[in-house]
Amino acid sequence: MFKRVLVANRGEIALRTIRACRELEVESVAVYSEADVDSMHVQLADQAVCIGPASSKESYLKMDRIFAAAEITGADAIHPGYGFLAENSRFAEICESSCITFIGPSAKIISLMGDKATARATALANGVPVTPGSEIMPDAETAFEQAKEIGFPVMIKATAGGGGRGMRPCFKAEDFIALFQAASSEAIVCFGNGSCYLEKLVLNPHHVEFQVLGDSHGNFCHLGERDCSMQRRNQKVIEECPSPLLTPELRARMGAASVNLIRNINYQNAGTIEYLVDDTGGNFYFMEMNTRIQVEHPVTEEVMGCDLIKEQIRIAAGQPISRHVLEVSPRGHSIECRINAEDPYNNFASSPGTIELWYAPGGKGVRVDTHVYSGYTVPPHYDSMIAKLIVTAATRELAVARMKRALGEFTIRGIKTSIPFQLEIISHPDFIRGTYDIGWVARFLDEHAK
Amino acid sequence: MDLQEIRRIVELMNEHGLTLFDLTKKDFHLKLKKGPDVDELRSLLASLPSAPAATTTAPAAVAPAVATPAVEGSEITSPMVGTFYLKIAPDAPPLVEVGATVSIGQTICIIEAMKVMNEIKAEQAGTITSIVAEDGSPVQYGDVLFRLK
Repeated sequence: MFKRVLVANRGEIALRTIRACRELEVESVAVYSEADVDSMHVQLADQAVCIGPASSKESYLKMDRIFAAAEITGADAIHPGYGFLAENSRFAEICESSCITFIGPSAKIISLMGDKATARATALANGVPVTPGSEIMPDAETAFEQAKEIGFPVMIKATAGGGGRGMRPCFKAEDFIALFQAASSEAIVCFGNGSCYLEKLVLNPHHVEFQVLGDSHGNFCHLGERDCSMQRRNQKVIEECPSPLLTPELRARMGAASVNLIRNINYQNAGTIEYLVDDTGGNFYFMEMNTRIQVEHPVTEEVMGCDLIKEQIRIAAGQPISRHVLEVSPRGHSIECRINAEDPYNNFASSPGTIELWYAPGGKGVRVDTHVYSGYTVPPHYDSMIAKLIVTAATRELAVARMKRALGEFTIRGIKTSIPFQLEIISHPDFIRGTYDIGWVARFLDEHAK
Repeated sequence: MDLQEIRRIVELMNEHGLTLFDLTKKDFHLKLKKGPDVDELRSLLASLPSAPAATTTAPAAVAPAVATPAVEGSEITSPMVGTFYLKIAPDAPPLVEVGATVSIGQTICIIEAMKVMNEIKAEQAGTITSIVAEDGSPVQYGDVLFRLK
């Protein structure tokens, strides 16, 4: 097992990782920007190193400073969390050549599956159905010709993209060139790579993703699915496990395809395969694979009774997947709401600032993952997510009631948050029935605007 | 108001070249004037609240803090993470010493990271008043390395 893990991230996931380290009796090193000096993860780590000013580009994305921090603290492993450098194959490669273990799959696998275009090709080659689409397009004009062949509507996707960024849906031919350029520019800013490819846009699909795990002892398994269809502009708002849409038969087919894929490419550590499922619930299409831990991993942990971050650390240290995880048996239903510092009634404008009062809900089946506390000042430089509220209950109906109760109890004064918006969604008949797709939030907001 | 806060005010005064700070609140009045001035000092001590036990020792400690400005000049902070060295080699002489004048672009220290010895250059000219970082110790981004005026 490692002696000391450097957590190359911030916010709630950094705290989550430090907690897992502590339970494994491994020391933790936090790295932080000057804007994050008061973050809880910095306070709770065994050691903390300041790596730059507020800007992510000058801190959390600065590979050389992160490695220097590992060097001066004697860290023997790095956990990249999600976002930032988590899916950066070069970062993983440098770890490998510096004899620091990267907690995740190999650089080779990250390149293969992290790149959206080659991932599609790999999925196809391994018998996983994919949506009709294209290779990387050299320029907007060539892409336009290809789009006409695929047939509108198409989704323009950045190959280095993730977290919903660098994506633009295009419904009309005349909007194509401008949207292609916008997607490419956003990708350059967020990921340093503006290359884009195209996919047929499946209308009103459901986003269903499978959690997978592989180790160095020949074990490959899946831990069921998460339904993440409740999205606003490709950013997930609410996630749940299991999906209200899947029949046992479809789950078995998708699970088998997922395990087959990771076994064939020898994928080690945790990963998530994202699929689109059509409205009839009969067809599923590979979308992309995230070669890292996901934000919404807690709902799987609650239903499957596992600790995914600890599994990641253990697998990276050469241990097999835990027995209780290999023999997992799902129990109950779990829902997560991403609590963001934004004003849902002012076009979701960011709401950074000082939290005067923070009272998080508690009680049976309630879990809150957060780095925030009363008196904390939410900095404006980063992602607006300040907490994850996860509830678990014996049935979906009970979980919905519990989420409603927990959201109602959650008190955050001083900034605006997404909580009232999530309360509206949770109370809506469509959510209660479990009949919602990726386009639901957009339609809901459109109706409200009228 | 405690000694830490008063020290911080003195630091800010130095940073911004102020010579007078005068604060009046409902229950007390604090005036900090730079430069030796015994009479002013006496009226300053008299004006501090004496009731709370914690602050009775403060007036005595405040006097030296005002008479000798705590920190002078500007700071050179670390632009990177690594190990700070004052010399380019163990047997070489130090790159700078207290009292040395430095010019813009002059190498003032080495920060080693990932086996690379990075030469850190002065971005302002001046005279080194103190070497804050310890030779051979790890430094973080933003840590004060030197003070100069």
